[in-house]
Amino acid sequence: MNTNLHVILSLFATSSRLQRKRAYLTVAAIAWGTVAILLLLAFGEGLKRQMDKNRRSTGENIAVMWMGETSKPWKGMPPGRPIRLRIDDLELIRARMPQLKSVVGEVVSWRTALTYGRNTVNGRVIGTNVEYGEARKHYPQPGGRFISPEDDVQRRRVVFLGDEMAKDIFGGEKPIGKTLLVNNAPYLVIGVMQHKTQMGMYGGPDSNHAIIPISTFRAQFGRDRLNNLLIETQQPEQMRAELKRLNEIVGGKYGYDPSDDRALPAWDMVKSSATTKNILIGLQLFLGIVGALTLLIGGVGVANIMYAVVKERTREIGVKMALGAKRRWIIMPFVLEAVVYTLIGGALGITIATLLVALTAFIPIEGNKVMSFLGRPTLSPQIGVVTSLILGVIGLLAGYFPARRAASVDPAATLRYE
Amino acid sequence: MTNNGSIIRMAGIRKIYDTGKIKVEALKGIDLDIGKGEMVAIVGPSGSGKSTLMNLIGCLDTPSEGEYTLAGEDVAGVTRDQLAEIRNRRVGFVFQNFNLLPHITALENVEMPMLFGGIRPKERRERASEVLSRVGLGERLDHRPTELSGGQMQRVAIARALSMNPDIILADEPTGNLDSTSGSDIMSLFTDLWQQGRTLVIITHDPALARRASRVVEIRDGRITADHAPAA
Repeated sequence: MNTNLHVILSLFATSSRLQRKRAYLTVAAIAWGTVAILLLLAFGEGLKRQMDKNRRSTGENIAVMWMGETSKPWKGMPPGRPIRLRIDDLELIRARMPQLKSVVGEVVSWRTALTYGRNTVNGRVIGTNVEYGEARKHYPQPGGRFISPEDDVQRRRVVFLGDEMAKDIFGGEKPIGKTLLVNNAPYLVIGVMQHKTQMGMYGGPDSNHAIIPISTFRAQFGRDRLNNLLIETQQPEQMRAELKRLNEIVGGKYGYDPSDDRALPAWDMVKSSATTKNILIGLQLFLGIVGALTLLIGGVGVANIMYAVVKERTREIGVKMALGAKRRWIIMPFVLEAVVYTLIGGALGITIATLLVALTAFIPIEGNKVMSFLGRPTLSPQIGVVTSLILGVIGLLAGYFPARRAASVDPAATLRYE
Repeated sequence: MTNNGSIIRMAGIRKIYDTGKIKVEALKGIDLDIGKGEMVAIVGPSGSGKSTLMNLIGCLDTPSEGEYTLAGEDVAGVTRDQLAEIRNRRVGFVFQNFNLLPHITALENVEMPMLFGGIRPKERRERASEVLSRVGLGERLDHRPTELSGGQMQRVAIARALSMNPDIILADEPTGNLDSTSGSDIMSLFTDLWQQGRTLVIITHDPALARRASRVVEIRDGRITADHAPAA
């Protein structure tokens, strides 16, 4: 064993003095492939993380429902009846489904005039519950707050603004503490939402609406029919069952078939986030395969060069065999050579890719529309493991086939003739 | 090694090359005994089966039929790796076109068989420089083959053949690629080796070289046609 290793290393040492230029080219091919696979996977990973973050920015474990129409007959009543929940129904649902984390109603006033000084903006005003802030991730910028239970109880005229809307109304001024007019009624600005990139939305982006307490909304606009109902579960896997239970309760009150999914059409974000996750895994897989194929081309390059080397050294192989070299002493130096080229190329590629990924850290994400969706390319340990494995396999394959050919050389045939 | 002191014992050796469509019988029954300390020249026209015989003697190939013992060791039915080991220990090759490895030094070329023979690096180095001095190349250890003349290259090859102290030196047209001066130098070197008690088998066209042998074996059409002392 020891002798074997010694012989193989000695032979490798003498043969690697040859063909410097080829070695450089081979290493470059592998390095290029490695950079390609790493960058593709890093972009995939960054995209995945960013999309995951963006997806969560609408809310986790929530389902949003619209007011629909029945599509099935129920107890003698025909289909096609509109179902319109009222603000008071929220109390009923909360009482019957105490296990829910929150039950939130939304009442919407479209194209409402919001005026500050001489500047008027037409936008969405939503009356909603206090729990909306947590459930829909409306986090206030420093110095502000979301609507509070007292605001709701006392029907205060306070407003929480989306960040884009705040910019539209106030320009460069600081909005918090200022008073603006909502349909000519004065409201105090209590908070502005922190910027977020949203993957999914309904009605419009969160950054472009204004939130007021639901009691205040009812008092000012005189409406108590909900536009949307939103429930939040403690755990994601509870959502299906809770939606079913909700339809039983609401269906019981309004008289519709609980299995009728058109009465209260729901957007189950738990379900759609699972879909998104699968799409992202698919995307990463695709990028990985593209990268692996690029790397494979590098591997084919190595194999090709090793083949040429074997062909060129046929006589040399024959001589070594005549002098008493065993098969493995012919094969292993070739395999070793291919593996060493691959490993050096791989190390070089990993270094370059890491540097490139590190460089992207200097591109600001905030305020960059492309980057806020693409995210930052990220090299994860798994990517490192996958790349190393692929490199190892390619190195071995690229060495094995040429080496097998080398060992099949017939010494008697090669020695005598030029 | 064996009772009667013969190194090579061949009995009824046949070699058939089967290319699929045609069968070529290169050797049609060879009986050959070469004793220790002989210097045998194998002569014959091209196509006579000389090379095939040389491949078999050198264990580069195995016979299709017949028995072959080399220094008491039965060569039939061994694996490729075992055959390699036999070559390494028992046979020193000298080729017409030298077959030195071009990218390593004379010293490293001579060390190569010892590397395969499992000899330690220090001893390899010492023995390699010693045999190179013996063939008159003590000053050229670190030269590469391309920096040497044809005669010098053949001396390196002979040093390489001697390095494992083999039972036979097997030379294939050793003077075929050399000018007459270098050729006669190499012939003298072979004669010296013979006088030192080594066994040599030389395949040659060169009548001058055949004359120096102790025995001449003529081969024609796959059979031995004559076996005698050299003509004076």
